[in-house]
Amino acid sequence: MKKDRANGLSLKEHEVAGNGLLDRRLFLLRGLQFGVIANITPTNSLATTATDIDLIGPTWMHEPGEPFSTYGEPSEHEDDVVRFPVQNEMVPGNGVSWTPLHLLEGTITPNGLHYERHHNGVPQINPKNHRLLIHGLVKKDLIFSIDDLLRYPMESKICFIECGGNSNAGWNKQPSQSQAGYFNGLASCSEWTGVPLSVLLAEVGLRKKSKWLVAEGADAFAMQMSIPIDKALDDAFLALYQNGERIRPENGYPLRLIVPGWEGVLNVKWLRRLKVTNRPVMARNETSRYTELQPSGKSRMFTFPIEAKSLITSPSAHMVLKGPSLYQITGLAWSGRGKISKVEISADGGETWGEAALQEPILDRSFTRFRLPWNWNGKPAVLKSRAIDETGYVQPERTELVKKRGRHGFFHYNAITNWHIDSDGFVSHVYDKKENETTDSDINIDSDWD
Amino acid sequence: MIKKKMKRQILISILIAIGINPDYATSFQDHGPGLGSGVSSEEIAAWDTSVFPDGEGLPRGEGSVKNGEVLYKSKCITCHGENGLGTTTGAQLAGAQLDLTSEYPEQTIGSYWPYATTVFDVIRRSMPMTAPGSLSDNEVYALTAYLLFLNNIIDEYGVMNASKLPKVKMPNEDGFINIYKIEETFR
Repeated sequence: MKKDRANGLSLKEHEVAGNGLLDRRLFLLRGLQFGVIANITPTNSLATTATDIDLIGPTWMHEPGEPFSTYGEPSEHEDDVVRFPVQNEMVPGNGVSWTPLHLLEGTITPNGLHYERHHNGVPQINPKNHRLLIHGLVKKDLIFSIDDLLRYPMESKICFIECGGNSNAGWNKQPSQSQAGYFNGLASCSEWTGVPLSVLLAEVGLRKKSKWLVAEGADAFAMQMSIPIDKALDDAFLALYQNGERIRPENGYPLRLIVPGWEGVLNVKWLRRLKVTNRPVMARNETSRYTELQPSGKSRMFTFPIEAKSLITSPSAHMVLKGPSLYQITGLAWSGRGKISKVEISADGGETWGEAALQEPILDRSFTRFRLPWNWNGKPAVLKSRAIDETGYVQPERTELVKKRGRHGFFHYNAITNWHIDSDGFVSHVYDKKENETTDSDINIDSDWD
Repeated sequence: MIKKKMKRQILISILIAIGINPDYATSFQDHGPGLGSGVSSEEIAAWDTSVFPDGEGLPRGEGSVKNGEVLYKSKCITCHGENGLGTTTGAQLAGAQLDLTSEYPEQTIGSYWPYATTVFDVIRRSMPMTAPGSLSDNEVYALTAYLLFLNNIIDEYGVMNASKLPKVKMPNEDGFINIYKIEETFR
């Protein structure tokens, strides 16, 4: 059996699926060397050659370093790791900014890179002038200051938030060639800390007919969404902190409603009012938007939980593999219905599948990092990942999803993403061959944020 | 054992009698420090602008298609285009030619929105995007009337107010499947 010289072991005997996918337990072996996956970015193309580098006595070892800082910033050499904003021309506060998932590792999204979806900008709220009103079908209407809420017993939960419109370029007839995060990164994962909603609802005292909550934000859109009271009492909470610090303005400062696992728009930012009702308010963003038109002409409404989804973040579009070698395939999986139980990867376009290693701890409704070693032989290949959650739900192929839902639902696109690697190692986004749709020009829906 | 059960039954009856849903009784164990302040019904009324399909939350006032047209042409047309046909920055609100099952469905107020009250609610709270909250209730009624007229739902002499708006039957009211309700029955 041919030995892989670089790694000094036989990789063939560790294959678990076609085209070089290796056993996830191979990570436990020491001395594995992975090939280089480079991002094709201007920064990388300017990389200095080895001969220019003074490794013996670099300048930063011969002069005092920078002084202390009050709030740390990323290295200037990481300035390509940024959100990618897409805004409305006339109303620049209406749009999105995508998390660069393809440039990040682990499971927690840094606060400055958490995705944004605003309908009319980011309000700069002075917390002293902000209140939360809880009223409606309650025994006692109450109003809380932020200082009041900071004195309540708190809980933390690590969970993802994903915009219902994430990955919607997938509905287009031509595969998007944006980097993985720049069309799938309206999803981020944080540790949120705040007051369980059940505690506050107990204080106002729910009346018998209470079935829904209408949540309202203090932004210029006065965002309004209806949430079933059962979910509110189950695990929703009012977050004051994100990853240990107070929530950033663009993520809802000073108070954000967190509805774990349910579509992002329900996680109302800048929360100022909760009205307890017996029915939904039928707001603009639960009727004319965030509903999914089906081929029948009928539309799905109140499709709250995010279905299981996964995405290979490396290698992914715009990256290049530097020659045949052993590579690490890595990515993220998540489900709004619970924990991820398994992620499978294919390196032969879906013919055979191997099980990826999942990073512990695997948390409920959170990003789950997966990894698998892959021995690339230098020939064209198609990589896929599919998530399976603890309910047994299996992430669908795009053909399957489009067949079931049509192409005009706009929201809740969660199909498998294919990355094609050509013989030069360049990675691009492709649909399955059987999905080849007409090549005539088509309206691109991913820029339609209004 | 039986005594305990009876006690629980009595407790539940009391809870129902005083208006507390026994389904939620367990959450009373999580009672917090009780730092909320009382708030007057006047304050709540001023703050609460949510409008429901049955008309709950609609304010007094009135507006006509005619006035709405004038307002639309000065405050809305830049983004939403002539006759509500939309622009690259503002959604198409009227004039749907292609139906919801076509290759390029047009989802306008007339072809898609299930409730007319939503039109009033979103204009009052969010529009115009450059100066939200700047329209009077009469102006919001007028714009709502004009948009319903553009969608051939009311005629050009139409007027909208708190009693008329909830009675407007939208063409696509029955076009939605409540997925949460369906899933609830399986829970």
